[in-house]
Amino acid sequence: MDKSGRIISSNVSSKIASMLIYLFIGLAALTCVIPFIHILAKSVSEEAYVIANKVFLWPKGFDLDAYRKVLGDASIIRSFFVSVVITVIFTVIGMLITLCAAYPLSRKNLIGRKGITMLCMITMYFSGGMIPEYLLVNSLGMLDTIWSLVLPLAFSAYNLLIMKTSLQTSIPESLLESAYLDGASEFCILGRIIIPLSKPIIATLTLFYAVGRWNAYSDALFYIKKNVDLRPLQLKLYNLVIASTESIQDTVEGAAQLTNPEVLKAASVIFATVPIICIYPFIQKYFVQGTMIGSVKE
Amino acid sequence: MAENAKRNNKHLLKRMSRQWQLYVLLMIPLAFALLFKYGAMIGLVAAFQDYKVVKGFWDSKWVGFEVFRKIFSMKNFGLAVRNTLLLNLLTLLFNFPMPIILALLLNEVKNVVYKKVTQTLLYLPHFLSFVIIGAIAYQMFGVNSGVVNNLIEHLGGQRIPFLQEDMHWLFTYVLVNVWQSMGWGSIIYLAAIAGVNPELYEAATIDGANRFHKIIYVTLPCIKSTAVTLLIMNLGKVMGGSFESVYALRNAATTEFTTTIPVLIYQFGIMGGKFSESTAMGLFQSVVGVVLVLVSDFAAKKLGEEGLI
Repeated sequence: MDKSGRIISSNVSSKIASMLIYLFIGLAALTCVIPFIHILAKSVSEEAYVIANKVFLWPKGFDLDAYRKVLGDASIIRSFFVSVVITVIFTVIGMLITLCAAYPLSRKNLIGRKGITMLCMITMYFSGGMIPEYLLVNSLGMLDTIWSLVLPLAFSAYNLLIMKTSLQTSIPESLLESAYLDGASEFCILGRIIIPLSKPIIATLTLFYAVGRWNAYSDALFYIKKNVDLRPLQLKLYNLVIASTESIQDTVEGAAQLTNPEVLKAASVIFATVPIICIYPFIQKYFVQGTMIGSVKE
Repeated sequence: MAENAKRNNKHLLKRMSRQWQLYVLLMIPLAFALLFKYGAMIGLVAAFQDYKVVKGFWDSKWVGFEVFRKIFSMKNFGLAVRNTLLLNLLTLLFNFPMPIILALLLNEVKNVVYKKVTQTLLYLPHFLSFVIIGAIAYQMFGVNSGVVNNLIEHLGGQRIPFLQEDMHWLFTYVLVNVWQSMGWGSIIYLAAIAGVNPELYEAATIDGANRFHKIIYVTLPCIKSTAVTLLIMNLGKVMGGSFESVYALRNAATTEFTTTIPVLIYQFGIMGGKFSESTAMGLFQSVVGVVLVLVSDFAAKKLGEEGLI
């Protein structure tokens, strides 16, 4: 009697706890999407309603004019393509570096492994810093070139550490040993065993590299000074929306018919965010899987 | 006996030839690390010189610690150090526990669809750039048109200068940063939780543990080393970073807390061309950062954790 009563009460408290957990998680998740919906609503509203603070989550006076202006602005479109190009090149180089470093450093019998790992990991904590890096990029003649946005950050000790750890835990030693017995070279093992077995973590790190590059703006702020055509989208957006040092070309002339910059700002923000939002639900499963232990059984 | 040695030799040769291939693979990443990470460190000599771009590192005059003496006597630099520490520590104070809490709670959500949808939404802010985060923050917290202030006014309150007054800016900065990174931060803990041996939970159930007990006595100990490692990494960064996040949220009205070391370095070096002073500031920041990492690593090892180094 006493025992069953305890079980029932623990069931009830467990249900209440569950509800609170679901509620908390739900609210936290809502805070992540509401700002975005709000800006989306603003971006397709008429300026009068936005000025009057009437727009919350639903557009008032539906109007796509802001998007017409954003998409009609040649320099925004150019910035978008600059971002796409540097993201692709950067991600490819970054993944190449990560794979080429992580596999050898995951081999426990590699002579000098500790020293080389240390050499890589030190860069995570100690770096030349903003100015020496700027002076290096300058002396390499890469200021105002696309390479200043691609090469300096391609080596990432952090991503290397993740990859190395993943290989050490997910690739069974016995698998490699049997490959050695079959006479496989290291290149062969990397291409035929390591990469196919590490697809989730590769997808994850590819995402890290790509999103990191897409979103960064400080290096472009430092390195792209005269050649304004090479400004990536985020820097362009910074100048448009936060620093307000630039305006969308269309808007300057027709100041009379125009328009709340707030609506244009909102439309620019959405324009810069949509690519990320479109891509990431499809890749999301990889980074959940990526950190899990590999599928091969010992 | 001899045959055995011969076989060992052959084995060693085979191993070494394979190692040679591993070194070839390592050449690409090492080239990048040496050129762009270690190569940049050469520029640190500018901190001990009266560096002039036209003269370069070779011909610029060496001045010893004169530059450091100069920056330490600058009021702005002291302010920047304080701000860097303040912003990072305040952020870490909330950024460290929030992902753990989120992961533990998410792990208790058994409804697969609900879990998936909320996770997708929680990860979203991490994917947005600080430019977009900054823009969103102004849209949400602006004095005149921010939604939060519209709501406050609607409920009969006063509009709050979340981003236009120093103390409020500090609060908003921390809030925005924690909001942005808590979801993503939980991934690593979720993975750690997923790696916990299910037999431990089964054993705990047999011993009569409820859900709460399992969190305290099974899950938390199992993710402890992940947490400690992350805390060490973050403590090492307490003197660093924070350029993009600060720069995207600062404005003319709030200068008290927004001048961090990187912001000052940017203003001094890249905008002002004072390369010696700005390099010295950066070097100071890096050295203190390294000391912090070593200290926290030592502390973690004393506590019986694996540490980093």
